[in-house]
Amino acid sequence: MAKCIIDGKKITAPDGTPILQAARDNGIDIPTLCSHESIEPSGACRLCVVEIKKGKRSKIVTSCLYQVEDGLEVDTKSERVMNVRRLVLALLLARNPASEVIREIAVKMGVNPQPRFKLDEDKGKCILCRLCVRTCADIVGVNAIGLSHRGPSKTVGPPFDEDSSACIGCGACAYVCPTGHILMEEKVDERKIWGRRFKMKACDTCGRYFAPLDQLEFISKKTGVSVADLSICTSCR
Amino acid sequence: MSKINTLEDLNKAGKRGLATLIPSGTKIMVGMATSGIASGAQDVYHALDREIRERRLDIILSRTGSMGMDCMEPLVDVLEPGKPRLAYGKITAKKAPTLLEQIAKGTIETIKPFYRMDEEESIILGKSKRYGDGSVPAYLKEIPTIKEIPFYAKQVKIATRNCGLIDPESIDEYIAKGGYSGLYKAITGMKPEAIIKEVIASGLRGRGGGGFPAGIKWKTCREAKGDVKYVICNGDEGDPGAYMDRSVMEGDPHSVIEGMIIGAFAIGSHDGYIYVRNEYPLAVANLGKAIEKAREYGLLGKNIFNSGFDFDIRISKGAGAFVCGESTALMASLEGAAGEPRAKYIHTVEHGLWNRPSNLNNVETWANVPAILTRGGKWFAGIGAQNSTGTKVFSVVGKINNIGLVEVPMGTPLKDIVYDIGGGVPHGRKFKAVQTGGPSGGCIPEKLIDLRVDFDELWKAGSMMGSGGMIVMDDRTCMVDIARYFIEFLESESCGKCIPCREGVRRMRDILEDICAGKGQAGDVELLETMSQAIIDGSLCALGGSAPNPVLSTIRYFRDEYDAHIKEGRCPAGVCKALIKYSVDSETCTGCGMCVKVCPTGAARGEKKQPHVIDEATCTRCGACLESCKFDAINVK
Ligand SMILES: Cc1cc2nc3c(=O)[nH]c(=O)nc-3n(C[C@H](O)[C@H](O)[C@H](O)COP(=O)(O)O)c2cc1C
Ligand code: SF4
Ligand code: FES
Repeated sequence: MAKCIIDGKKITAPDGTPILQAARDNGIDIPTLCSHESIEPSGACRLCVVEIKKGKRSKIVTSCLYQVEDGLEVDTKSERVMNVRRLVLALLLARNPASEVIREIAVKMGVNPQPRFKLDEDKGKCILCRLCVRTCADIVGVNAIGLSHRGPSKTVGPPFDEDSSACIGCGACAYVCPTGHILMEEKVDERKIWGRRFKMKACDTCGRYFAPLDQLEFISKKTGVSVADLSICTSCR
Repeated sequence: MSKINTLEDLNKAGKRGLATLIPSGTKIMVGMATSGIASGAQDVYHALDREIRERRLDIILSRTGSMGMDCMEPLVDVLEPGKPRLAYGKITAKKAPTLLEQIAKGTIETIKPFYRMDEEESIILGKSKRYGDGSVPAYLKEIPTIKEIPFYAKQVKIATRNCGLIDPESIDEYIAKGGYSGLYKAITGMKPEAIIKEVIASGLRGRGGGGFPAGIKWKTCREAKGDVKYVICNGDEGDPGAYMDRSVMEGDPHSVIEGMIIGAFAIGSHDGYIYVRNEYPLAVANLGKAIEKAREYGLLGKNIFNSGFDFDIRISKGAGAFVCGESTALMASLEGAAGEPRAKYIHTVEHGLWNRPSNLNNVETWANVPAILTRGGKWFAGIGAQNSTGTKVFSVVGKINNIGLVEVPMGTPLKDIVYDIGGGVPHGRKFKAVQTGGPSGGCIPEKLIDLRVDFDELWKAGSMMGSGGMIVMDDRTCMVDIARYFIEFLESESCGKCIPCREGVRRMRDILEDICAGKGQAGDVELLETMSQAIIDGSLCALGGSAPNPVLSTIRYFRDEYDAHIKEGRCPAGVCKALIKYSVDSETCTGCGMCVKVCPTGAARGEKKQPHVIDEATCTRCGACLESCKFDAINVK
């Protein structure tokens, strides 16, 4: 167990707990964009920064990654911290003007668009938090999408932006995306995601189209359960 | 080749090396590092080779690395028995026959050497060996010795001790200079802890940028839990204009290899990697050959010096991304993943490459290690400054007369580097600033010319040591434009993982571009400062963490230039095209017509011998007339 102080509050948390979680468990709110409880943190968005003090030295760290330590003093809202968060949000407001989520957080934090930043038109709502990529790789186990290019031209999507043969159309990426950038269109027996169309499978019992055939085949291959046995939707099971 | 197992074996190899290093016949050495090749050394070598063979001359022709004085390349050294070694600069293939004739005649009439060396120095052995009997023939007395040349006088070469003196492909010559005796001493006579103690005592700090004490890093890695550990050499060298590591890898690859073996033994590692950018083909080739040779001699592989210690090195080629020089990105790249940094709250000395304890040091750091082992930590600590011991190699480029690589004791005044070694600013222009620390370093202004160059002093001045790049600027350099240039480089080299760096740096570039284009707004400087602080604090790795430095340091020392651009629409240095006008000063113009000749758009006009004019509408402000006018009659305002 580690004893530390967050925003003046004495807190005890098991060793290895990230500051973010320790704070939230104690009712202290820290904004985040790229963290998700079931995915390893990557520290990409930098919204969760906090200022820590050890002895005389203070520094800015990401609370999703930095773990509690004995004697650590954490300030989640210091001026230096807020300066970073304000910039991150102003940058995202300019990068993703269409994103309601970003606008909401900005309004909540009282951050206005920076008139010196010209608005981007080509980035959609993607903030490159990489939750989708890691979900696809670590949770679904498919690796259909990834990051390409470097620096400001970095993008996320299937390799070479072509239809991905690896994608199973499960939609986990769209589900986890914090800004709703990933579009998943559904028509009765068809689903479209990342530009590729997927045939949906109807439930043997109720007849409702409930999952892409590719996904059922993927699960079948992994588990050894036949597609036929998987062809009943969760509500009918 | 038989293996080297004992001190006797090592001495034998050294004797063989000495026989080619200072042969009984005449020897010609051509500086064939990249800097030499770029100036035509390859042609010079072939021309000499052809002539020697056609004339059946009894001359040994060999290749060597770079002595650092790039402005004199191609460099050819001549060593005749019983005479001092002579260095000839700017030799062309055409001059090759003349040079050979001159050697045959025993004169220096047609081509003058620019310095002579009376002795072969070895910093490792701590002694020098005079060529011949040490006497200097009368006709050579007028030639200054290397120590009398301002470029070399204040230099102390430890990391680059053998560059330009030995054939990098000859392990024997390396051994003749004392090479592998540090390793012998360490492996056969010292405990790992004692080696680490020696390195700590030397005060050696990492030469790759951060300046972290090498011995402490080794110690932590040694003490880290795990059976498998790695030692890694960082040869990524991504700073534009920097090439000290390249020079060492090309000119003296064994110094890096020996350093790594010593480090591996001290840390308890059996696997080493050298990460080099693919754009350094000669470095890759010479390192590869050196590793082969070291294996042949049993200095790499199993049971080194019969000690039971095994170690080998592999080379890994990077694709030349600046960010891949960052330790965690480098390790990701070594693993075959994208070169993206990760947070370092978990240290790489404990969880590095493949999650195993890994010790990463820079090329120059490793190259210093053999010298520390042979001469002792105390000796090393006695060189340089208090908290920055030893020497540092700098690549001095830009508006400076003697462009080249220099190695000076830490704490050498900036003034000595710029004026004495560098020979000052060309064309009688005024020295304005020097950018140190690479793209994310800072600009040191003229008023700080007395600054003693070491890790801490540079940091206090708002810049940093970085890997040792120094770009000298004269009064025709616009500091806003310079900040824009470096920020643009960093923008394109950002890996794009985290938001402050990926998005913030490009917005800073937008604003700087606006200022240079005369579209700056009131409050821009303050905005840049606030953004800088947030980017420094908020970025994931040190690329973003230091990216704003060029902006902050130019604001700190050249705020007036920012204000002139923004408030007065003026570029005081006459660089930013949108803010300047070219005109001819009719008083000083002699009507020589030079500007008319060089102007690519026909904007410069006039009758011969009459004052000329420049048509503002067609002038593209390319600066061709300014460069060519001998009478300083072109005004830029
Ligand atoms: C963006 C970036 C680029 C870097 N590039 C290099 C490089 O090219 N060579 C190098 O030795 N160190 C480079 N470094 C520093 C390394 O991360 C690391 O500190 C160094 O290699 C450690 O070796 P040292 O302690 O011997 O200096 C870079 C750091 C950053 C943040
Ligand atoms: S600071 Fe820049 S280079 Fe470093 S992780 Fe962030 S985006 Fe990548
Ligand atoms: S939530 Fe910590 S960096 Fe994004």
